[in-house]
Amino acid sequence: MSADRSRLPIPGPARPYHFPRIDKSGLPNGVRVWTVNHASIPIVTLSLLIRRGAADDPPGREGLAAVTVDMMDEGSGDRSAIEIHEALSRLGGQLDSDIGADGTVLTVTCLNRFLGPALTLLADIVARPSLREVDFERVRQLRLHRLTQLRDMPGAVADRAFVKLLYGSHPYGHTPLGNEPSLSSLTVDHVRDFHESVIRPGDATLVVAGDCDHQEVERLAADAFGDWTAATASATPKTVPLPHPARLNIIPRPGAPQSELRIGQVAASRSTPDYHALVAANMVLGGQFVSRINLNLREEKGLTYGARTSFDFRRMAGPFSLQVSVQTAGTAQAIHESLDEIAAIRGSRPVTTDELAMGVAALTRGYARNFETAEQLGRAVTQIALYDLPDDYFDQFVPTLERVTPADVTRVTTDYLDPSRLTTLVVGDYDSIGRDLGRLDLGHATLLSADTF
Amino acid sequence: MNISYRKHTLANGLDVLLHEDRSCPIVAVNLWYHVGSKNETPGHTGFAHLFEHLMFEGSKHHDKGFFPPLQGAGASLNGSTNADRTNYWELLPSNALELALWMESDRMGYLLPALTDAKFKNQRDVVLNERRQNYENRPYGLAPMAMLAALFPPDHPYHWTTIGEIADLNAAHVDDVREFFATYYHPANASLSIAGDIDSDAALDLARRYFDDLPAGPAVMPVRPDTPPLGAESRFVLEDRVELPRLHIGWIAPAMFAHGDADLDLACDILANGKTSRLYRRLVYEQRVATDVSAAQNSREIAGFVQVAATAAPGHTLAELERAIVEEIGKLADEGPTEDEIQRGRTQAETQFVFRLQSIGGFGGKSDQLNAYNVFVNDPDYFQPDLERYRRVTRESLQSAVHTYLTTSRRAVLSIVPKGKTILAMPGSQPTRVS
Repeated sequence: MSADRSRLPIPGPARPYHFPRIDKSGLPNGVRVWTVNHASIPIVTLSLLIRRGAADDPPGREGLAAVTVDMMDEGSGDRSAIEIHEALSRLGGQLDSDIGADGTVLTVTCLNRFLGPALTLLADIVARPSLREVDFERVRQLRLHRLTQLRDMPGAVADRAFVKLLYGSHPYGHTPLGNEPSLSSLTVDHVRDFHESVIRPGDATLVVAGDCDHQEVERLAADAFGDWTAATASATPKTVPLPHPARLNIIPRPGAPQSELRIGQVAASRSTPDYHALVAANMVLGGQFVSRINLNLREEKGLTYGARTSFDFRRMAGPFSLQVSVQTAGTAQAIHESLDEIAAIRGSRPVTTDELAMGVAALTRGYARNFETAEQLGRAVTQIALYDLPDDYFDQFVPTLERVTPADVTRVTTDYLDPSRLTTLVVGDYDSIGRDLGRLDLGHATLLSADTF
Repeated sequence: MNISYRKHTLANGLDVLLHEDRSCPIVAVNLWYHVGSKNETPGHTGFAHLFEHLMFEGSKHHDKGFFPPLQGAGASLNGSTNADRTNYWELLPSNALELALWMESDRMGYLLPALTDAKFKNQRDVVLNERRQNYENRPYGLAPMAMLAALFPPDHPYHWTTIGEIADLNAAHVDDVREFFATYYHPANASLSIAGDIDSDAALDLARRYFDDLPAGPAVMPVRPDTPPLGAESRFVLEDRVELPRLHIGWIAPAMFAHGDADLDLACDILANGKTSRLYRRLVYEQRVATDVSAAQNSREIAGFVQVAATAAPGHTLAELERAIVEEIGKLADEGPTEDEIQRGRTQAETQFVFRLQSIGGFGGKSDQLNAYNVFVNDPDYFQPDLERYRRVTRESLQSAVHTYLTTSRRAVLSIVPKGKTILAMPGSQPTRVS
């Protein structure tokens, strides 16, 4: 049979996918032990989730949570940082630390025959770190150097300044890295206090995914984490009123060949009932290659290598943002087009049935590919643990998303996106683009310095 | 360690590789063309990659974007170009396999009827923006241009980067696309791998249906120039928008899979990969004279190169870092790795090979690896021999490779310094510019 090129083949029915069962138990000290069996390859992924993160940094000590997490693998008992990492590498494992606003995850992936020793090492790192002053000084210094270097990375400058513009002194108003004054003021005692009062078994979930048995994990986890005791918890972060940033903000970067842009506002929390409608809306607006904004800026105008929008759903309302680097001469045009696309999806050019179906299908039809490896499954389960999602969350995701209508998209984009409140930040060559920006009708531009973030 | 596969070569020369893994209802389609920036010539750099972009802009029977039908069917997809090859892949629910084969075969057979000057110019603008974003506007982003130019002579195909030079990209013409397509984009210069939730017989039938009638093209002459060893040490300085100076040291090294390649790979791990490595320990952990250090053996088809890079902490000089790096390399050459380092290296290698079997698709998934081994060594099931190379590394063989290749007298030393601060470069560095 030869190929029929007169039309595209239409896929038949998909083989159904079901998210695997999550087995759950707990240790007397409050550590939750969750496992997902996935036995195709002899690999296990161990993740220790703490439901506290950079939003728990006390005011004036921004960066403390991240420094603390950084310090946890800097030695335990009489072992130095080097010795901890030598032990890890004998297991073929590597430690990944991921700290976000709401949570912290430490992950080790290794061959399943090393499950026991890997759990012990992970417990040594999380529950029994040495937190020595000499290591603290080095870790802090490296982070200060990192801040220095980030001043030259336009994307990092934009990210750090943008959260400050949107959130001010709110717990989400800084990135996990903190800033130079706050890092400089930290002492090792701050780290010890933070570890004691924030990194606690009652906020911890151990997620093991891969070729493993729940009972065995539970037994090994009891050995490794059983002695970990809780101190009194520190208070959880308090929300504060949000600032009212200027609509147009510029951080000059003389001679830059591109402008780094952020456009956005504080939008929605992870618990919003409109979660699925916002996810669908974002797909059409800027969440995929064939989204309106990427097709406009990249495929029609050639102004960029790519544009993306996202809703960052968190425990409290997280930001919606557009991220893009555009060639310097096209800066004002790109801002104008982007604001226009965001305004249009709220009603003047509402999503069509086809657009919505396409955006939804891009997420639902290939859904199974999100759960192929132990690491992917482990990551998915930590999301359930972090945000108290139901166990059938991933099985319900597809049918729930498929129920979203174009009217839902119009409603949620109207409710959560407000063009008159969108904040635009440009990191770029002000001398070249200032005049064009002045014609954007976004009011007086506020000039900022990268050094102040 | 191996993965079960079948290989069929169609009459037009297309290799079809099939691997069944039914653990998840998804399938990976992966297509390699054995062409990369090494097939370019001076004055025409960046073209292989620019061409890759045009492969996403429509073909005769589907003259619109490549993404919408596939993303609508639930696919993730991408492509990439490097010095040696260009690859394209889709990872999609298994019911959509035929759609991916339809799309891939249409652009392999019928790209040119849909090509227009407008598409060409638009994608050239996109590529120029990719270059600005990932190289020009990124701290230390121009280091690859300067290092490759210093290591390989001007007529050597590794002298330039895959992204290419701005002037060459601006001079490229839509007619060049036609010639490039006719020369390189045809079945006999390609390898198609299908992995995942498939029945091999049915998948092969589908591959035949869509690819069998595409005409075989002219044989592609292998690019096999001599790679002259560096005759001496050379030192260069590049000014960049950075806060801290960074040192890059480069050496010519063996090609991919050649004698010494695995040894240097492990040597780089021992020197500067992770907190257990010798240079991290010395420069960052103990002496605190550097903020970071890294080392890598870059294995390529014609030749490889090793690069060690380190950034000076404030108040410290690149010369300090250089001295320590030379000392640690000398020590590794003279005394060799410890037994613990060898053992850890082997465990890490075994683990990495098992990790690589986790995914069927995407960059580095099983479908991509089958193609890599098929294209580079003509044996898709080269996993075990590849792993054996690492198991065979001994103290002596590693010492010998370090001693032979990482010599102070034949290397390129690049200092990247803040603008106006060439005084911070290694002594005797010549100013260099990249374009």
